[in-house]
Amino acid sequence: MIALLRSRPAACALAIGVACILLFLPLTLSRFGNYMLAMWAVMTIAAMGLNLTLGYAGQVSLAQGAFVGIGAYATAIMTVNGWPLYAPLLLTVALCFAIGWLLGYPALRVQHHYLAFVTLSFATLAYLVFRNEEWLTKGTYGIFGIPRPTLFGVSLKHHLNFYYFSLAWLVICAGLMLWLVNSPWGRAFTALRENPARAQSLGVDTRRYTLMAFAIGSTMGGVAGVLYAPLVEFIDPNPFGLPLSFSLLLMVIVGGSGYFLGPALGALIAVLLPEWLRDYTQGYYLIAYALLVMVLLIYSPSGILGWVERRTADARTRRASLARQAAVPTYDAGSAS
Amino acid sequence: MTKVLEIHGIKKHFGGIRAVDGVSFDVNKGEILGLIGPNGCGKSTLFNAVLGQLEPTAGRVMLDGHDITGMRPARLSRLGVSRTFQLLQVFPEMSVRENLILAGQEHRGTMVSRLFGPRDAGLGEAADRMIAFFKMSHLAGEKAGGLSYGQQKLLDAAMAFMAGPRLVLLDEPAGGVNLTMLGALKERLRAINSELGATFVVIEHNMEFVMSLCQRVVVMAEGRVLAIGTPAEIRANPAVIDAYLGH
Repeated sequence: MIALLRSRPAACALAIGVACILLFLPLTLSRFGNYMLAMWAVMTIAAMGLNLTLGYAGQVSLAQGAFVGIGAYATAIMTVNGWPLYAPLLLTVALCFAIGWLLGYPALRVQHHYLAFVTLSFATLAYLVFRNEEWLTKGTYGIFGIPRPTLFGVSLKHHLNFYYFSLAWLVICAGLMLWLVNSPWGRAFTALRENPARAQSLGVDTRRYTLMAFAIGSTMGGVAGVLYAPLVEFIDPNPFGLPLSFSLLLMVIVGGSGYFLGPALGALIAVLLPEWLRDYTQGYYLIAYALLVMVLLIYSPSGILGWVERRTADARTRRASLARQAAVPTYDAGSAS
Repeated sequence: MTKVLEIHGIKKHFGGIRAVDGVSFDVNKGEILGLIGPNGCGKSTLFNAVLGQLEPTAGRVMLDGHDITGMRPARLSRLGVSRTFQLLQVFPEMSVRENLILAGQEHRGTMVSRLFGPRDAGLGEAADRMIAFFKMSHLAGEKAGGLSYGQQKLLDAAMAFMAGPRLVLLDEPAGGVNLTMLGALKERLRAINSELGATFVVIEHNMEFVMSLCQRVVVMAEGRVLAIGTPAEIRANPAVIDAYLGH
């Protein structure tokens, strides 16, 4: 801990600053502000899952929103019928892992935009199930009165409490994800993205890692859904249509695909920026938002963190070449005077 | 002499093009075998057909007497067969050290034991030794994509050595590598050959490299084997001089 502080003081200061903001800023915000921050935490979890599938393992998925939906419906249906929250959580983890695994099979045959279309059809299929299977999901009528859980005797009815609950889940999921991407699996996922043929020749079972990337990424989407349902307290099929999958994809790309913190930044832009702009630009906020995203992606196709990395790499090379210049003795300098 | 690899009548046709047209030869255990021939004579295609990247049109491949024809590359790799590709194939966004660790990790334990095992899969030291051997210690943390072509080529070859393979097929390892590092590559190859008893098959156009390194040389021309022999025999073979070496 101390060593880390010494070796990277700027990063530590930034981390402490961010932690303070996440912990104390909500105390100063309105109920709606806290609700939006909780939404940010939930969407970050879903986007982190997609970042594993897409950013690390390189498998395009346009179905992440469907997994949020599966988690949310499982939670809504079960908690409305009196089950405690951990029951749908366990069910969702098992269900999304299995469905995500199956969704990975097409990726063994098709890649890139072809794969995007396969996953897109799955997302459409899931939406149709949410809308049409009224016996289970109540269809377009929706499910009302999803209860918020009570944790250690503290009710999470208050938005501020639910925000802290979501933040705790975000920290847990981020910790697990950090552990995963720094494990040999993370290395194998990256190799799968960068050069599957070479990875195979080195013994990487690309089939299994592809399926695993889909399964784990989808599970994270499901977990986000488990939190989403009690957060909004009412669900109908609309939020889980294709726009959600696209929006999650946007979060990953805008934040920086394949960067650990990319999804958190992306969700900041996709969830909070439109709401913040709304205060300043009234009816035009979505136009302003769309323009901002377009400019950002033209300026830096690799997202915010891709831009940051390029800048720091440039600065490092510049420092290194300055140091080299200083080390090489120059013969003409100083001799004139 | 024990045969590690037996190639029996391998053919690979692409439509009407007979890229490899009935190639047979054996690779003896512990030898360094050169594979030479003019551009487009089917050397790399033969590698691909032998190692599961391409399904051969006909023929069989035996590893230690077991049929491995058309076996998937990942399985072959775990059986101790390792290779490099003609066009360099490193993972550009991963660091040099990570490239090397990845090259060895899938040979250790199971998927589950790797997940819960050490972060470097117990290969950090081995990777650092390999990096030091190829004089790239100052580059260990750099992204492989930022290295010079020659350095990437060396890293590519070093990756093929990480898993402690029994049989290594190198496709033009010397291209773009400077003379000093070429010496290092040769030295490492010989060391792995004598210490681990690993067998090598090397495709290379650098004749000095091939003739000084290999015990036997196979010459291919137009998809077929033209000659097999010691470097001295090959140098003196009129058919080979005609087709490839020149007068």
